[in-house]
Amino acid sequence: MSTHSYTLSGYGPQHKSAWGRLTARDSAVWRLDWIMVGAAVGLSIVGSLLVWSATRNRTDLNQGDPYYFLTRHVLSLVVGLLLMAGMVWLGHRRVRGAVPFLYGASVLLALLVLTPLGATINGQRAWLHLGGGFSLQPAEFIKITVILGMAMLLAARVDAGDREYPDHRTVLQALALAAAPIVVIMLMPDLGSVMVMVIIVLGALLASGASNRWVIGLCVAGTVGAVSVWALGLLDEYQIDRFAAFANPALDPSGVGYNTNQARIAIGSGGLSGKGLFEGSQTTGQFVPEQQTDFVFTVAGEELGFLGGALIIVLLGVVIWRACRIARESSELYSTVVAAGVIAWFAFQSFENIGMTLGIMPVAGLPLPFVSYGGTSMFAVWIAVGLLQSIRVQRPVSA
Amino acid sequence: MSNIPETGRNNRVTIRLVVIQILVMSLLLTLGGRLWYLQVRNGDQYQKEAAGNHVQQVVQPATRGAILDARGVPIADNETRLVVSASRTELMKMDDSGKAVLTRLAGVLDMSPKTVQEKVRLCDAKTPQPCWNGSPYQPIPVTDEATTQQALQIRERAEDFPGITAEPTAVRRYPAPYGSHTSQVLGYLSPVTDEEIRKTKNTNSPFLSSDEIGRSGLERTYDSMLRGSSGVTRYEVDNLGRVMGRAKSDKAEPGSSLVTSIDSRVQAVTENELLTAMKNARKEHDKNTNRNYKADAGAAVVMENKTGRVVAMASNPEYDPNEWVGGISGKKYTQLTGKKSNYPLLNRSIQGLSAPGSVFKVISTTAALKAGNKFNGNYNCSSSYNVGGQTFKNYESKGYGPISLGRALEVSCDTVFYDLAYKQWLKDGGNKPKKKPKDHFYKTAHEFGLGAKTRVDLPNEVEGRVPDRQWKKDYWKANKDAWCKQAKDPKSYADKIAKENCVSGMKMRAGDSVNYSIGQGDTLVTPIQMATIYSAVANGGTLHNPTLGKATIGPKGKTIKEIEPESHGKLPLEKGQLKKIDSALAGVAERGTAAWRFGDAGWPQDKIKMHAKTGTAEVAGKQTTSWFTTYTKDYTVVMTISQGGTGSGASGPAVRNIYNALYGVNQDGDIDEKSALLPHPDEELPKVDSHGNIESRDDKDFEKRAERAVKGAPVGGAGG
Repeated sequence: MSTHSYTLSGYGPQHKSAWGRLTARDSAVWRLDWIMVGAAVGLSIVGSLLVWSATRNRTDLNQGDPYYFLTRHVLSLVVGLLLMAGMVWLGHRRVRGAVPFLYGASVLLALLVLTPLGATINGQRAWLHLGGGFSLQPAEFIKITVILGMAMLLAARVDAGDREYPDHRTVLQALALAAAPIVVIMLMPDLGSVMVMVIIVLGALLASGASNRWVIGLCVAGTVGAVSVWALGLLDEYQIDRFAAFANPALDPSGVGYNTNQARIAIGSGGLSGKGLFEGSQTTGQFVPEQQTDFVFTVAGEELGFLGGALIIVLLGVVIWRACRIARESSELYSTVVAAGVIAWFAFQSFENIGMTLGIMPVAGLPLPFVSYGGTSMFAVWIAVGLLQSIRVQRPVSA
Repeated sequence: MSNIPETGRNNRVTIRLVVIQILVMSLLLTLGGRLWYLQVRNGDQYQKEAAGNHVQQVVQPATRGAILDARGVPIADNETRLVVSASRTELMKMDDSGKAVLTRLAGVLDMSPKTVQEKVRLCDAKTPQPCWNGSPYQPIPVTDEATTQQALQIRERAEDFPGITAEPTAVRRYPAPYGSHTSQVLGYLSPVTDEEIRKTKNTNSPFLSSDEIGRSGLERTYDSMLRGSSGVTRYEVDNLGRVMGRAKSDKAEPGSSLVTSIDSRVQAVTENELLTAMKNARKEHDKNTNRNYKADAGAAVVMENKTGRVVAMASNPEYDPNEWVGGISGKKYTQLTGKKSNYPLLNRSIQGLSAPGSVFKVISTTAALKAGNKFNGNYNCSSSYNVGGQTFKNYESKGYGPISLGRALEVSCDTVFYDLAYKQWLKDGGNKPKKKPKDHFYKTAHEFGLGAKTRVDLPNEVEGRVPDRQWKKDYWKANKDAWCKQAKDPKSYADKIAKENCVSGMKMRAGDSVNYSIGQGDTLVTPIQMATIYSAVANGGTLHNPTLGKATIGPKGKTIKEIEPESHGKLPLEKGQLKKIDSALAGVAERGTAAWRFGDAGWPQDKIKMHAKTGTAEVAGKQTTSWFTTYTKDYTVVMTISQGGTGSGASGPAVRNIYNALYGVNQDGDIDEKSALLPHPDEELPKVDSHGNIESRDDKDFEKRAERAVKGAPVGGAGG
């Protein structure tokens, strides 16, 4: 509340206490999109419960502490929320100035993974161990810096008022900017992240108003690329196996199709209202591999049933729907492209992650935004939320 | 620029954003739809799969019930062997995966530690035998031949052998009391198939892969009752198979025991007599084929007249049922199912088919009575009979002039029946049959239960056939193409027959009816059918469903349930008519075709009234089938020998010896009650003592009595 008794709020000099500034009608806190934040926090809380359920019996992983994963997950969430607040405090315009540096730093970090400093998990060299049980997955940050970088390049001349749409040269520059980290990620190889990156590029180009030829061309190039990678046998066997198992999980239920099959049994057996938290036999019996990370949705499906699973999908829908609103309402193309990139990222990653557990998408190692265990992913999505929030906070009030 | 609107937004971007939004929302909708499909539409199926995933079953086998004879003597029971097993789940919990325990165990069992470890390992594609092929949660047998000493060592030092059990386990055994095999009647067990295991997996009584189930005979008919229900302990396990908890479990319930009406002593005599009769027949010369009789198969049934209970049932060739115990070897199985051994697995009493020959004449006599002929009328017994230029011989008899139907039965005069059947055929329209022909001779056969199962409590009984008009039509339809093809260029006799069949095979011809009346031609019957019919003649007309099962005794002797005799019809005869036929059949034994086996061979006919009918059936391309059907007040004995010669000739002495043993008659006709095996049907059930044990009345003097019955048997010759 105001500490100066003689000034009415909004009329007096702008010397307010910190609390006053936070709670003022035009303050950042007031203008935050609380619906989006609420949905995202809701997802993270549900995620914490699911991670807890999936790991409390995993004595092989949790070092005898049933809360090991839960505390870490909640800690990540707190850090994520702080990162979001930091983004809002900084404001996306200030961040825009630092994009070249952030981009360069993230690519360097990714390259570091390929050196002996990187750690290999599940056939992917995608992690950097930081010590103390913490590790970093640079590919998550690259998603943000590529969005920012592309937005900066694509919107530079449009926002300056020079052009109505990005010209071909600008588009080419933006594509080149995205291509470099995509190649690095491909070398890890983190196929799931590569797929997300391609979709992000597509989303950014679409939203930037770039010529239809670029959009269609990119789609065609993506398809041709995928087919030739398949045809030329550039994929490792396990990657092909994942695709084969997706097409027909009954093919080899104890081998390749095991993951998909067990995931589907876990979700299917949940029924309408689920078996109850901590009561899922598939979960307590550890039948689904990677259940706290990539396959966390199966815990929801089994223990919380259709109602719980649908709630997660609805909450994700709310976050994305609010992001679309922010994209539409922003006055600068830069902000629109940033928002569109985040939308493409969240939407595709959610679809791929849940889709693979439901057997309608091939298996790819991607976390479910806000829900899956994993610090880097949690930080990255909350930074993205922070970016969206700062766009909303800094838009012209009249809009 | 001026064309950029105030919001800094242009149209293309707005449209594109809307497109993105629609796309994204439809993706999420797809997820929701798929989630609904998996969880709500197909949830039940996945719930089942999830349950199968995390629950592992350990099955405790139930002890199979015994099969006892009427006196409580076991004819199929279990032998106890000491089986030492290792629980893999227990062993795997140990730091060294149970290596030390298994090595100690090997020491006690005098086996090499390597062998023991190999037996306990699980089979997979790379592991050669020995290895365990069953469920890893099931105790794995290390040996089933442990001595009591070894078992005691293991049990007393339980702390040295965690996860090891030494327990007596039941193995099926057929004791064959008094030398009776009862092979085909008992049937056999064989291991369950994967298909059967899969089918019963989720029932209350699932099969173990080591389980055996009844495949034929009594073991099959009463299988579910004998088997009891195996116990199931259900463990909840995780993905690595570690036990997390125990779910709902069921205890094993041992099977019930089956008391049969078989008297093992009579069974032994019957089997032995049948075999002897066949052996003797092989020494006889057959004038028609100019070589000795082959006597390649035979069957005999001893049945109680008032209940239809089977006291003995023999079929030859036979086998030792113990050959199936512990798994039959491939070589032995091929032998048992092969043509060379003449299919010993067949129970010819219920599965052997042949024309009945003259034993069919009780049916023809009944048919003649129904057609309005008088029993005591005069019927010309000529030495041969002409129909449409074809001569039919009086096979078993000779010309006797005008005689009654009773006398025609006694001397088995074919021509009397030829004439009766031919006249009926003419009445029914002859070659241009009436719309609704009376067909007394065929209808009567159906009324006697021919062409249908007797409903004996054994599996795979065959129906036989009555070659009536409908059958002729069906048979012609099925075969006319082949016949007509063969008839195109008729050369041989067979071709000519084929031509006739091609043109008029669907018709009931005069010759068919004439031949049929003496049990020749296309009629096929089983011994059990004939036993059922003759015991019905004996008991006043009731056709019983033959039974071998007499009672069931629940585990621990608690519930005793008698299996009540049932009937499937009445003979179409009035009391007076039945009495006349009955006394004519007694006449057969006294002065007719069977007199040389009974009346003229010292049988005490005044004390134990014997009735008989002989039959000698022609078989195309083979030697004659011997039929002998007989009955007293209490028992019916039927014997048949394929390619064995005449009825009373081949089967006569054997049937006489069976009666001798039953009633304690010796060859001179003296009755010694003490040496009688079963002068009256055994109505009692075996007693159960207070401990639940079934008392068995073992007959220690059996050998002596059986010897008395057979000693000095009159040597049978051809004829009758």
